[in-house]
Amino acid sequence: MYGNAYIDPNDKAAMMTAGEDPQKLAEFEARIARGEKIEPKDWMPKEYRKQLVRMIEQHGHSEIIGALPEGTWITRAPGFKRKLALMAKVQDEVGHAQLLYSAAETLGKSREAMINDLITGKSKYSNVFNYPAYTWADACIIAWLIDAGAIINQVANAKGSYGPYCRALDRICTEESFHLKYGHDNVVTLATGTPKQRELVQAALTRWWPPIMHFFGPSDKISNHTEILMKWKVKMATNDDMRQQFLNMYVPKIWDLGLVIPDPNLKKNDEGKWEYTEPDWEEFKRVINGGGPCNAERLAVRRNAEERGRWVREALNTADAKYIVPLA
Amino acid sequence: MIKSLDPRVNRAAIAEENTIEPLKDLDQWETYEVFHQKRRGDQHMHVGIVHAPNAEMALIFGKEQFGRRGLSVNIWVVKTRDVFTTDYEDSDIFETVPEKQYREAGGYKVMDKINKFKKGL
Repeated sequence: MYGNAYIDPNDKAAMMTAGEDPQKLAEFEARIARGEKIEPKDWMPKEYRKQLVRMIEQHGHSEIIGALPEGTWITRAPGFKRKLALMAKVQDEVGHAQLLYSAAETLGKSREAMINDLITGKSKYSNVFNYPAYTWADACIIAWLIDAGAIINQVANAKGSYGPYCRALDRICTEESFHLKYGHDNVVTLATGTPKQRELVQAALTRWWPPIMHFFGPSDKISNHTEILMKWKVKMATNDDMRQQFLNMYVPKIWDLGLVIPDPNLKKNDEGKWEYTEPDWEEFKRVINGGGPCNAERLAVRRNAEERGRWVREALNTADAKYIVPLA
Repeated sequence: MIKSLDPRVNRAAIAEENTIEPLKDLDQWETYEVFHQKRRGDQHMHVGIVHAPNAEMALIFGKEQFGRRGLSVNIWVVKTRDVFTTDYEDSDIFETVPEKQYREAGGYKVMDKINKFKKGL
């Protein structure tokens, strides 16, 4: 046995920094500990780069795909003002994808490679967007509660260590505040409206509650792996902490409207923690691996858009174009 | 065909198994760095990038991406490959030393002398 040359493949923490220059790694970690940001051309551990690309890219894909269930209702949103507002929101989401793809690009993955990985199903995106928006009320619940969940995640990540991602998130969070207000306004309108409107919004909440509980991901035990990602400020809060924060902020607002959350076990315990029925994580896995009601449609629509727009992009391209990794 | 709740998707008549050729390099064009000015009198600030086939399109995308909300009066774009930068590794070129106080406003303290002079010391 050649002792120190061997890295135990089960030791995830050691695997994450295997082969890295210890001095550079120490300087890198000290910089993050001082609260400084990492910029694109700085030295960084391979695993830091890999995890960030995966995370930012997935976030970008979620914005693009998330525009689809909401877009379903643009033509049928009740009234001209709501059509305009929904169009503005959907445009924002697509703009967010552009900002996020740009941040991921600074780490060395081209936009073409990211789009290819999305449309072949290799990259994931937020699982909630594999469910359909059956009624106008579904679009309202998405705009309020899914965006609320996203804001909790994005505000946390905006304090992370990678400069370009933080800058993109700051910009995104500003726009999300409009989405949240818009969504809340729509849900309140339905919930304080006619019995038929209340029935619609209650049905949508009942449908969307399980995906909302799935939104932050499965419970993450504090493993060595998570510990390093948190030390590197790639991951800023555990999935459970974010879920607790969401429940704390939004359950009272939902109950205020007299709506029923379909979980008889949901309550705040004496320690101030929310107790709930554990979501069905088998269903989550099944949907994320392609088995959801809309996975096939989402990717087919995306491929269709890329394919039908291709001739325009090609016609505009010039022979002297040259790709350089963006600066920041 | 994909059967969707979204009438727009149904109108697009999309085949379920619509495999496509992967995007080639530069399909999304090269990048431009965008500089944005909020109001007259402010500096232009670097705000990010857009992918565009030419400068005119970069201005259109830049306006859409960075001038959609809040205040804006002007945008500049420049090809990423035309920007020259220093390296963060060379950040020490900006370091200074305490002896260079002579070029700082704080390096000049006259009140002590004036007060002494006034007291006729």
